[in-house]
Amino acid sequence: MKKNTIVWGLLFFSISMLWSQSPIVDSLKTKELKEVIVIGKNNHPADKQEKPLATVEEYLQKSHKVGMIKRGAYAWEPMLNSMATERTVLTIDGMRIFGACTDKMDPMTSYVEISNLSEATIHSGQEGAHFGNTIGGSVDLKRTKSNFDQGGWKGSLQSGFESNNSQKIIGGKLNFSDSTLYVGSNFMYRDAENYKAGNHKEVLYSPFTKWNLSLTTGVKIAKNKVLEGSVIYDKAVDVGYPALPMDVSLAEAIITSLRYEVQPLGSSVKQWETKMYFNSITHKMDDTTRPDVPIHMDMPGWSKTFGMYSILSGTVKEHDLQLNLNSFYNSALAEMTMYPKDPNESEMYMYTWPNIGTFYTGVFAEDRWWLEDHQSLKFSLGLASHNNTFRDNLGRETLQIFYPDVSKTKARLLVSTSVNYQQEKNKLEWGVGLGYGDRAPSVSEGYGFYLFNSFDGFDYIGNPNLKNEKALEGNAFLTFKTKGIKSKLSAAYFHIYDYIIGIPHKTLVPMTIGANGVKVYTALKQAKQFSADWSTEIRWGKYILGKAHLGYSFGEGSKGEKLPLIRPLSYNFSLQYAQKQFNAEIEVQGNGVQNNYNPFFGEDKTADYAILNATIGYRFSVLKNQMMLKTGIENILDAYYTTYSDWKNIPRKGRNVFIHWTFEL
Amino acid sequence: MKFIFKNVIAALVASLTIVSCNDADDSVKINELEGLTKINEFSNDVHTIELYTNKAGLEQGYNEVMFRIKNKVEGNYVKNATANWLPVMHMTTKSHSCPKSAISKPGNNETLYKGYIVFQMPQNDTEYWDLKIDYAIEGSDYSATSVINVPAAAKRTVTTFTGTDGVKYIMALVAPTAPKVAVNEMKVGVFKMQDMMTFPVVDGYTVKIDPRMPSMGNHGSPNNVNPVQAVQGGLYDGKLSLTMTGYWKINLQLANTTGTVVKGEEITDTVESSSIFFEVEF
Repeated sequence: MKKNTIVWGLLFFSISMLWSQSPIVDSLKTKELKEVIVIGKNNHPADKQEKPLATVEEYLQKSHKVGMIKRGAYAWEPMLNSMATERTVLTIDGMRIFGACTDKMDPMTSYVEISNLSEATIHSGQEGAHFGNTIGGSVDLKRTKSNFDQGGWKGSLQSGFESNNSQKIIGGKLNFSDSTLYVGSNFMYRDAENYKAGNHKEVLYSPFTKWNLSLTTGVKIAKNKVLEGSVIYDKAVDVGYPALPMDVSLAEAIITSLRYEVQPLGSSVKQWETKMYFNSITHKMDDTTRPDVPIHMDMPGWSKTFGMYSILSGTVKEHDLQLNLNSFYNSALAEMTMYPKDPNESEMYMYTWPNIGTFYTGVFAEDRWWLEDHQSLKFSLGLASHNNTFRDNLGRETLQIFYPDVSKTKARLLVSTSVNYQQEKNKLEWGVGLGYGDRAPSVSEGYGFYLFNSFDGFDYIGNPNLKNEKALEGNAFLTFKTKGIKSKLSAAYFHIYDYIIGIPHKTLVPMTIGANGVKVYTALKQAKQFSADWSTEIRWGKYILGKAHLGYSFGEGSKGEKLPLIRPLSYNFSLQYAQKQFNAEIEVQGNGVQNNYNPFFGEDKTADYAILNATIGYRFSVLKNQMMLKTGIENILDAYYTTYSDWKNIPRKGRNVFIHWTFEL
Repeated sequence: MKFIFKNVIAALVASLTIVSCNDADDSVKINELEGLTKINEFSNDVHTIELYTNKAGLEQGYNEVMFRIKNKVEGNYVKNATANWLPVMHMTTKSHSCPKSAISKPGNNETLYKGYIVFQMPQNDTEYWDLKIDYAIEGSDYSATSVINVPAAAKRTVTTFTGTDGVKYIMALVAPTAPKVAVNEMKVGVFKMQDMMTFPVVDGYTVKIDPRMPSMGNHGSPNNVNPVQAVQGGLYDGKLSLTMTGYWKINLQLANTTGTVVKGEEITDTVESSSIFFEVEF
């Protein structure tokens, strides 16, 4: 299988090379169909952000394609096109990182900080398959990039306070650069107490404390060659998850990488980048702080990933080409220990992720072909082999309780392909695309062992015999642009085959005390998901910008049953005033009633809501240094509300006054 | 370098082979007792009986018991005896025996005689077990008897009851002896009391099992297989799923050849435990 992918890759690569001729400079290229969320610049969070020291999740949430499943104040789980992390690919600079929690309390985005990042790039659907197979798309968090720019020493300090949960934020950056070396370092600390929902209702078990440290060093080893080493250490302690029966005493990650980059390499190859990486996640879930638990338990998990990728990108004639070879090995183990009330009785111990290894090797090639008349065509093809292995006997024997014939390894071949057409003409820009791709089941879906889902109250059992989930996808967008107005309508439709979801098993008895039953991961024959967004920006004069956005999603299974966690009508409207030193913004954000809910998955009808936010910012200089001050009020009217993606209808934050400042040294 | 290394390995392998050939006779004897514990030694005028078991000692429940017969004068082990045994519980007012197998001897080269005994009750201060072994060697009959130590088991692995058919039954958990989080091979012995000294195997019944964890909401486990007999006179074989370590109560029901339950209750929301059960803790 591995051989196959390599052969395919080489074939594709050689075809691409056949077009080889000297590149032509093209100034008419339109932007790629991706969304970029700016998080920070070299030295400080971007000025124009309404909330500069917001969390990574808050930044991601700005994308209209991204929703967040909230189980508390910390580590929200990003959804793309109303699809959660099994159906999307989350990476940081192309590195695959997998959370170690069976309850998805630690998506990879919870192990980084805004101080580490410059932007987030969001691709919808198969256009996001660069670093792995996906259905819904991908989010690649980009680390802050440094240059060999003789900048010398630069630094900044940030701090902030938020009234709602007494969150204290302290951060700093210190960078050095000259013509052959750069060093970037930063840290961030956050400490928050319980937050309060609207009407001053305290949400118990919702505090968190997080440290993040990062160091990047790059050396110019030749005129066009760079070697860069990077490490992020992230540690969160005493994190509360009010929507869940358990909290987290420790969530710790070490994320390391070594990157080698050559640019340019010859006349057609613009860049060749190779990275090797390793990351290790430890996640300790327990219920020591909760009173009246039926039985006390610990549920730690570990996830380790070794990986590499190598990307060759270049321009040959009218073709922008990219070839990406990437591979990783992940080991996932989670266990549960329950302590009986009778101290003489043996502890109850089991694997919940039965020590599963995942070995993935894929090749992805993309050709963006610039045609005449401001048109372009983009093709992509990805092929990958995906192997799951039981890393020990205990794990295999555990799963054999349900699947006596489960084999030690399970190999899958994954495919991704897409074609997009795009044209820009006068004030209009439009495009259509088609895609097809599949994905392997996640470790939980394939091998989970009595994973309690507090949302629907079922114990979940994985199913190693699941087929790959496949999606046929169509997308389109239309943008109208004049000097003062930019309006964009975009939509994506996914027709999903063998849609993986838990279905109640009639005879199995749950393990968790008080659970409603047992669900086994099964596949719906088909499911369909649709999402559409309309956004408009209108500029009045030099300083005023109005924004409006409407979004809608829909999802149902083959028998017309509604899929869970699908976003209802959502909207926001904002008005910004920004000049060089002073800026202000007022925003209304809300959702319509969630009518398309499904009690079968533990959902109920969620009422509509709207909240009002406002911020003002001021930039000035103190002792020749720049100081930026930002303050604002979120949920000004202190509405008590919950959304379709709040776990067990946990309420969101009530009124929150924040003040964030950055001091540039 | 490589060449020399290979030669060394070859020489080592060769020497090991030679050594093990020379020791062949002894190694059989050593293997025979491997993993066994000598629990008792008793004698008559001619022979000494060495009593072994595969656990630390005998205890209430199912026990595999082995013995060797040693000639006191010549010091050799008798390989050609035919033997049978009788364990007896001496109570204050009466005596009775217990379920036991016939004695088998695997091969002519071996010295061990093997079988199993199910002690349905433990000894106490005033009541005790003894074991009488009768054997014949080339036409001469011998006998030896000794008191044996049968303490109570920590967990319930044997249960005695009178069924709705009026028959007194004894059921014993034979396996798993080392349970794990997996589907375990389960073996159960089912016997009835014919009279005070005769406890034959019951044939053709079904042992219905329902393992539960009382400390954790009394949850069960999936894909268990009720033990049934593979051969008449044999033990009952089934499958026992244990989804985690800890204390498991294996609730039992005994169904006769027509499927009628003669003892035990089905577990429901209101019935948390059957009147007959085994216990496993690991």
